[in-house]
Amino acid sequence: MPTPTHCPYCALQCGMTIKPGPVVEPREFPVNRGGLCQKGWTSAALLNTPGRLTTPLVKGEPASWEDALDHVAQRLQELRAEHGPDAVAVFGGGGLTNEKAYLLGKFARVALGTSQIDYNGRFCMSSAAAAGIRAFGVDRGLPFPVTDLANADAVLLIGANVAETMPPFVQHLRRAIDAGGLVVVDPRRTATAEQAAVHLAPTPGTDLALALGLLHVAVAEGHVDKDYLSRRTVGFEETWEVAARWWPEQVERVTGVSAADQRRAVAVLSRADNAYVLTARGTEQHASGSDMVSAWINLALALGLPGRSGSGFGCLTGQGNGQGGREHGQKADQLPGYRKIDDPAAREHVAEVWGVEPESLPGPGKSAYELLDSLGAGPRALMVFGSNVAVSAPRSAHVAERLAALDFLVVADFVLSETAVLADVVFPVTQWAEEGGTMTNLEGRVLLRGRAVTPPPGVRTDLEVLHELSVRLGQPAERFPVDEEAVFSELRKASAGGAADYAGISYERLRAGEALHWPCPDETHPGTPRLFLDRFAHADGKARMIAVDHRGPAELPDDDYPLSATTGRVLQHYQSGAQTRRIPELTAAVPEAFVEVHPDTAGRAGLGEGDVARVSSRRGEVLAKVRCVPGMRTDTVFLPFHFPGDQRANLITNPVLDPISRMPEFKVCAVRLEAVT
Amino acid sequence: MSPRRVVVVGYGMAGARLAEEVRRRDPDGERVALTIVGAESHTAYNRVLLSSVLAGSLTPDAVRLRGAENVDLRLDTEVSSVDRSIREVVLADGETLPYDALVLATGSAPWVPPTEGLRTDGGALAQGVHTFRTLDDCARIVAATAPGSPVAVLGGGLLGLEAARGLAGRGNLVTVVHPVDHLMERQLDPQAGAALAKSLRTLGIELRLGVLATRYLPGDGLKLDDGSHVPADLVVVSAGVRPSTELARSCGLTVDRGVVVDNALRTSDPRIFALGDCAEHPGTVSGLVQSAWDQAVVLADLLTGADPSSRYLGTPVVTRLKARDIDLAALGEVHTEPDEPGAEVLRLEDPARGRYAKLVLREDRVTGAILLGAPDAAAVITQLYDRGAPAPADRLALLLGRALPSPAQAGPADLPASAVICRCNTVSKGQLVSAWRAGARSTGALADATRATTGCGGCRDAVCGLADWLSAQEPA
Repeated sequence: MPTPTHCPYCALQCGMTIKPGPVVEPREFPVNRGGLCQKGWTSAALLNTPGRLTTPLVKGEPASWEDALDHVAQRLQELRAEHGPDAVAVFGGGGLTNEKAYLLGKFARVALGTSQIDYNGRFCMSSAAAAGIRAFGVDRGLPFPVTDLANADAVLLIGANVAETMPPFVQHLRRAIDAGGLVVVDPRRTATAEQAAVHLAPTPGTDLALALGLLHVAVAEGHVDKDYLSRRTVGFEETWEVAARWWPEQVERVTGVSAADQRRAVAVLSRADNAYVLTARGTEQHASGSDMVSAWINLALALGLPGRSGSGFGCLTGQGNGQGGREHGQKADQLPGYRKIDDPAAREHVAEVWGVEPESLPGPGKSAYELLDSLGAGPRALMVFGSNVAVSAPRSAHVAERLAALDFLVVADFVLSETAVLADVVFPVTQWAEEGGTMTNLEGRVLLRGRAVTPPPGVRTDLEVLHELSVRLGQPAERFPVDEEAVFSELRKASAGGAADYAGISYERLRAGEALHWPCPDETHPGTPRLFLDRFAHADGKARMIAVDHRGPAELPDDDYPLSATTGRVLQHYQSGAQTRRIPELTAAVPEAFVEVHPDTAGRAGLGEGDVARVSSRRGEVLAKVRCVPGMRTDTVFLPFHFPGDQRANLITNPVLDPISRMPEFKVCAVRLEAVT
Repeated sequence: MSPRRVVVVGYGMAGARLAEEVRRRDPDGERVALTIVGAESHTAYNRVLLSSVLAGSLTPDAVRLRGAENVDLRLDTEVSSVDRSIREVVLADGETLPYDALVLATGSAPWVPPTEGLRTDGGALAQGVHTFRTLDDCARIVAATAPGSPVAVLGGGLLGLEAARGLAGRGNLVTVVHPVDHLMERQLDPQAGAALAKSLRTLGIELRLGVLATRYLPGDGLKLDDGSHVPADLVVVSAGVRPSTELARSCGLTVDRGVVVDNALRTSDPRIFALGDCAEHPGTVSGLVQSAWDQAVVLADLLTGADPSSRYLGTPVVTRLKARDIDLAALGEVHTEPDEPGAEVLRLEDPARGRYAKLVLREDRVTGAILLGAPDAAAVITQLYDRGAPAPADRLALLLGRALPSPAQAGPADLPASAVICRCNTVSKGQLVSAWRAGARSTGALADATRATTGCGGCRDAVCGLADWLSAQEPA
């Protein structure tokens, strides 16, 4: 029976069909319009991947489910009794379904009573989320359907390499590309930048100065929508005071982007009838990432784009359920419905749904990197669901040490990931097409992903694992349901009245094919595909311009580490590669790590195409094959972050955090390039 | 412990930036109590943007700088003297301000050439003569110029040309009178000066080079030393500035051209510092905002104790003309000739279009450049110069700001078999050819066989082209 589903990878959530074999085929769906990239096409291979786990592992040895669950429950209780509830930490993921993300947060707060829960989405969307909430009062990656982009004359993409990270998305940019309206900001000449009419290639870590420069140009050339500013925003005066000192020639000196190109970019945006500004990780994964996004929002507001039909501002979510995953309580400071955990009303509401006392709920915990950094010294046990922190966290050699310092590590995964290898107990769980659940894609649309294939014998769902553990930890059996629809019903109640309100979204409506974007407060509500058309989500209905200034990277190149390194993705792999590296067709295309370098820079280090280079920072070194790319800046190298062991790009990245979003500075650090002798 | 009392004399860009940098390090004034004395009646503004105000692209309000918090700001106030023995600043009204550290940020003042008639007998500027230095100057010039009226600009340096361009953009008939025979002679070599002159003339600006104005007649214009006459309702004087050092001199500090300071920005009295245009630091050209801003960072580190080892070691000078439709950058050694030993000099001249690019390198590092009408090149060259980073081997691409276009896009026949046609699905030409030979004889069949075109669809034309090429190769 062919079953409709969605791709297991990125936030675009392309529509596909699974047929016996199993094989997948693309399906007509608005976000992908029948297209799939190579990852999507080959995704069925995941379902019978040779390394599939089907038996729980205790200290590396196969064990029965009962023994493994009993052992975990016992160890967690012991550690908790000895060191208190915060001795157990939980780490979630942006690929988990809404049901899992919700139940994981509830499990941490209620069954474990720990405040120590965060997730890998902290490494992904946290800066975008912080800036979105500051400016608009709510964070939904795209506050409009993806398909709206198809009518844009101009699109400014900042730090987004969509041609590789979500290829079918490029279809929606076709009109802008053909009209000479695509402007791309990226230090690299990426596959996306190659299609742009204007490519601005700033020095890594200087995007904020560039955004201020574009705002300056927009003001000086008279492109600011003053009427919109006065009706729909506050804060322009203070914002301009900062931008005033970033005239284009000044910006040029800091960013390396010519004043003429800054003017060209603004001209493209301002002459368009419909224009969008979209950011992604390239500009967000910085120690000033929240401010960087705010600066791009300021530009969009000055041009009068957000909340106007046919135009807008958005952030491109990365992980499959990166949007839903950040709304339902696996973030250190949040409760379901995008509620704040330190808000008494939010605590009261959620506690009532959960049938517990508000005072019993812990307060905010540590953010992802801070949590990982504190392992051993703080939490003695860590439970990991849907994440591969040994590869994906910054300064990963240090994170591996912290994982080793734990008394107890539990990992739920469907393959033996680099993190699972280190675990005391591994639970083999279902994946993607073997289980049901909802995902919220990059446009805030809730998608039902029904079970399409029977899981192999021996594996259980994450919901079952949480249920079994919670019962062993003394929770009433009904408090942690195993049926995804039952969990979703509870999630609807918990989110009701929150920013991300799912109260009116039901499996029934989704099965009937309704396109439901949150907020959807009741069952008669049609959902909200477009936010902000009338008002922004602040009390006065106005968007906030935040007066942010350029700070620059935390670590500047110097004589010892003269180059800047930046990291990113390739088309064939996804995140830590735990899934895609198991698919022969994808590893055949890109088998190992590489470092993109300008030929001159390679030559100065005595390196040529295909040589193995050592890329070192103050935190570690990576080995990678040299790819000479004439389009690279001579001061910058690029590494993909999908590879394990000595090839982990995150061995060198800088864990310095954004003060607001707690996002690590993945996208720039100072490095040295050497030949391996 | 009570905070140190720091008094700053001067509330221009340097003084304002210093206040901001101090407060960034000491937001609540726990370490430094800051008093700033400013002679102008309004808050500080961004002088760099005055040419944009003159050109009408920014309003006067838009160039004001934000005031720092926690500062005792005394506007419209003159300092009459400093008593170093008891560490007091004496204001014009007799009030005294005791200090632990004093900072001179008195800036500079326009120099008015000794042309007869520019000043009245009393020393004031004559009717119709304006300097171009302050926001008030800007307002007066704008108020006094009717569209279409003739204006003379005295001085063909950076600021004079920015003023000329701004006024021409407002519709004035502008003549620039410059005593040297090429424009911006400090920053440009003669060829660049000539190319710039050509560009300005194209924009309707008249240039009188190598001549001196000898006499100004109000309501009439300027007489030049070659006997000619420049009609002008208004004369804008932009002939350079002189550091304002009167206060420093009067209290006995060492003054050369400006107030002499060391790397800690200390004057000859270690309790008195100076920064910005009024200061003279060895090896630093004054009069540029970047120097003042870099100095403010160092001085704030020192005054607040945030970094006692902070020192100012100079600022690389990059000159950028801000004038609509003219893109000019100049930096480092600009007069070096191609035959100079040890130097590598590249030069591209396109006088017909007013373009000129010159690049000077030594030991693989950029040491000088002039880029006129080559807007894409300036950004990269400036960064290489600022950082002292090695220059790319492709010098021509560096000079032009772009690589030379590659040979015409290769057709299907010329592509290697390994060339990836469909990126979304990593499909090479070789795979498509094999699929064709195996019977996939249309774009749709090729897509079914290889998945090419099934991602973003951007390669559809390329796949069609390949199919056509393969089809044409088939024997009839």
